[in-house]
Amino acid sequence: MDGMTQLQRQWREHTAYLRKEGYLDDQFEQLQKLQDENSPDFVAEVVSIFFDDSEKLLNNMARALEQKVVDFKQVDAHVHQFKGSSASIGAMRVKNLCIEFRNHCEAQSLEECVRCLRKLQYEYSVLKNQLEYLFRLEQQIRAAGV
Amino acid sequence: MGMAAEAQYHVLAVDDSLLDRKLIERLLKTSSYHVTAVDSGSKALQFLGLLEDEHNDALASSVSLNDHHQDVDVNLIITDYCMPGMTGYDLLRKIKESKSLKDIPVVIMSSENIPSRISRCLEEGAEEFFLKPVQLSDVNKLKPHLLKGRDKESEPGINNRKGMEECHSHDKTRTKYDGLEVV
Repeated sequence: MDGMTQLQRQWREHTAYLRKEGYLDDQFEQLQKLQDENSPDFVAEVVSIFFDDSEKLLNNMARALEQKVVDFKQVDAHVHQFKGSSASIGAMRVKNLCIEFRNHCEAQSLEECVRCLRKLQYEYSVLKNQLEYLFRLEQQIRAAGV
Repeated sequence: MGMAAEAQYHVLAVDDSLLDRKLIERLLKTSSYHVTAVDSGSKALQFLGLLEDEHNDALASSVSLNDHHQDVDVNLIITDYCMPGMTGYDLLRKIKESKSLKDIPVVIMSSENIPSRISRCLEEGAEEFFLKPVQLSDVNKLKPHLLKGRDKESEPGINNRKGMEECHSHDKTRTKYDGLEVV
């Protein structure tokens, strides 16, 4: 089962890397602990919901910031939601950017908000790639194991 | 055979975020609770038999409204604070004002650590206030409240109607997830 051990090691190393670099925090580990034989796809399911929510919210933020008269309260509402969902899955970098973003909303600084949104879009896409890679590894592990 | 003899506590979870609903469901099920998850305060009240829904014939015929809470046996309600329409605080008040429901323990969840919010909820009768993301260690704190709820006699309610603080308007942004999820 050499291939299996190598895959598992890759999975462990990648998870450790994501934690070390601050992409993910303890909360992600909590999610993994909640996954078991009774709900083997729990983490993937929750992360999938997170992806859907995120893309919708990022679009909403972008649209709100493009308005002639920007409603900063509305932008903040979207960011607040994104902060909540990123915290729920342990997406630390994204969550911290949301906190920063909310400060700019409160200050009603359009330039800072736009800049922050770009950073947020970037961080989110990096995280998405990282997580998708992790899930691919998991699928390979499962396929090799059964 | 009749109903299962094993006593399983039934928790009603209320949260407009699908992600958070999935999370709280899993946390509760892992702790062996039977869970019903709804996405709004009004759906929660409907489920509890407190709210009349003229459009829902099925509900009206199978659940007697007004004071027949025994049709639905809920041992604890755990609700998000910030929700569009009816907030968790509004829901808490409605439950505590109801003769049939006021003894059901209520727990509030919130992503924001605002001391005045927390004390207001506790004063209104919430048993606990959990900061999100909710942990298994939080869910472990529910047991004593559930046991207490079973034997609790009616107590005079303390209604502190302080001004409601602002909650984010999510109406236009939340995806509307319809219906109850009975898991």
